[in-house]
Amino acid sequence: MLSLLIYGTIQSVILAFYALGFSLAYGISGVANFAHGGLFILGGFIAWSFMNYFHLPWFLSVAISVVLTGMIGFVLYWGLLLRIRGIPLAEVVVTFAAGIAILEFLAWKGLYGFYYNLPVFVKGGIEIGSVAVDYQRLIVLGTGAVLAAFLWVFVHHTKIGLAFRGIAQNERTALSLGIESDWIGALSLALGSALAAVSAIMILPMGVMEATVGYEVLIYAVAVAIVGGLESILGMVVASFIIGFGQIAVARYVGSSWMVIVPLAAIAFILAIRPSGLLGKFKELEERV
Amino acid sequence: MAEAGLRYRKERLDRGIKARSDTIYVISSYREILYLVLPRVLPVIGLLVLPLVLRGYWGKVLVYACIFGLLALSWDFLASCGMFSLGQALFFGVGSFFAGALNHYFHWPPILTLPIATLAGGVFCAALLAPVVRLKGIYFAMITLVVPLLFTRLVVATGVWGGSHGLSNLAPFTNEWIPIYLAVVAMLVVLFGFRRIMNEDYGLVLGAIRDDDRAVMSAGINIYWRKIQALFIAAVVGCFAGAFMTHQYQFVGPSVFALDYSILPLTAAALGGAGTFAGAVLGSLALVPLSEAMRALAGLRITFYCIVLIICIIGLPEGIFHYIQRKYQQFERLTEIG
Repeated sequence: MLSLLIYGTIQSVILAFYALGFSLAYGISGVANFAHGGLFILGGFIAWSFMNYFHLPWFLSVAISVVLTGMIGFVLYWGLLLRIRGIPLAEVVVTFAAGIAILEFLAWKGLYGFYYNLPVFVKGGIEIGSVAVDYQRLIVLGTGAVLAAFLWVFVHHTKIGLAFRGIAQNERTALSLGIESDWIGALSLALGSALAAVSAIMILPMGVMEATVGYEVLIYAVAVAIVGGLESILGMVVASFIIGFGQIAVARYVGSSWMVIVPLAAIAFILAIRPSGLLGKFKELEERV
Repeated sequence: MAEAGLRYRKERLDRGIKARSDTIYVISSYREILYLVLPRVLPVIGLLVLPLVLRGYWGKVLVYACIFGLLALSWDFLASCGMFSLGQALFFGVGSFFAGALNHYFHWPPILTLPIATLAGGVFCAALLAPVVRLKGIYFAMITLVVPLLFTRLVVATGVWGGSHGLSNLAPFTNEWIPIYLAVVAMLVVLFGFRRIMNEDYGLVLGAIRDDDRAVMSAGINIYWRKIQALFIAAVVGCFAGAFMTHQYQFVGPSVFALDYSILPLTAAALGGAGTFAGAVLGSLALVPLSEAMRALAGLRITFYCIVLIICIIGLPEGIFHYIQRKYQQFERLTEIG
């Protein structure tokens, strides 16, 4: 029971990590960044390359990876999305295509297997009660909490963060107050991409780094965002806990191969009772239903 | 030209022959009749003659192009009803698995499995997506993106229908002419059928749902039921493509839910021009041979599609077909400003 609790929490935090950048970028700029999975793997790959080709220390390559991925997100918005702003479907297709282009390119380059592997931060583990947990997973937990707190402070108490929320709530009013929506939108996508890189660096050490993982990340990010309500960060956290615990419970009592059912069932269930997601607030009914 | 650009602007006018032939009620002249008929008849004749010319490998490519044409048509039909799908692979995969399972477990011949898989698959997909028709735009797109990808994992994880190995040794088509003409004729029928549907009252309602669903609701029409019907129609076409390819490959596995079957039809429709159906066909007839020619690039092909797709959407948003149509029906001239 204790292990269910611990591993459920860890799985939930991992899911929240997946969905964080996606949900944030959507909440601000209204762009559903389907390149999220691609940027996730790209972030991990950049960090790996700097560590292995240039033999840079871990911290430096991680920092470079986060910044670079953020810049790629910025360019993606500024170079491509800005030209088709306001046509949501074209936005979806372009980000989707860009993400797949990244993933398939990396897959073609041969990005699979144990050769590509990010190092864990601290080796070893600890026993909580009678459950063995390795340090990496605990660090993921801690970082998740810190990151969530940081984001909350950032969005509520800094100028850029408030501008983000202003754009999200009402773009025209924000414009009239001198908040430039193009700039903020590009920044939001940059932040979302940087968060994708951060989560890649946190989570990839626990598994292998493969191009196919990118699709997994995208699926879970989208599933969590749909269940939680796209615009709401809190909804995203709640949804990742529901799906995370659901998955661990199913893996425990039914069989681990049935884990994929959980997001599907959660989506179907939520759509049937509350199509705008658990805590979807803005633009609630007219746009969606 | 720069100075000319300041004083002149381009103006587009319908050609005289277009204006005259728009309202033909009686046979007026061969020229006008040919103007109307040729663009419709020539491609049909061309497509019917091609299988006689193309044998062996390139014949297979033609079949492939027609199948992707069907998927692109199905995508375009959904898009004209305001449902933007990122998961044509769902239809394709469901059709494939229905046909594959019927053939593998009951040993039914293709002549039975094709229609059954097409209809049953259509009903299954429409029922599966029925709760989702309440969603619009990117919400619908997200669901359709996720569902086939989860299905892949479901098949692999639970091992139903052969699991990750798939079902092999399925019954092939008996005669080499059957598949090639079946694919070509199916694509032509669907192409002209869809164009006809969208011009009927039924299609007007579907188009109106895309443009303003609130207005359609206030006209007392149940838009959800209409959308489910549209889903069924599109799913039938997609499932036929899947069931067909199952017998063509004599194999079905979880790869039928792969992203290729979602992204290629989308690219074809975007390249050819969405909303006209002919554009979708044109796009896939152009893209599939191109991708066959690039088979050497293997995995890079999808990257290539994606780049084409991005360029098309940003640089050439109207698509090839709209461009050709405009040139055919209108001429441009410079007129003085002011």
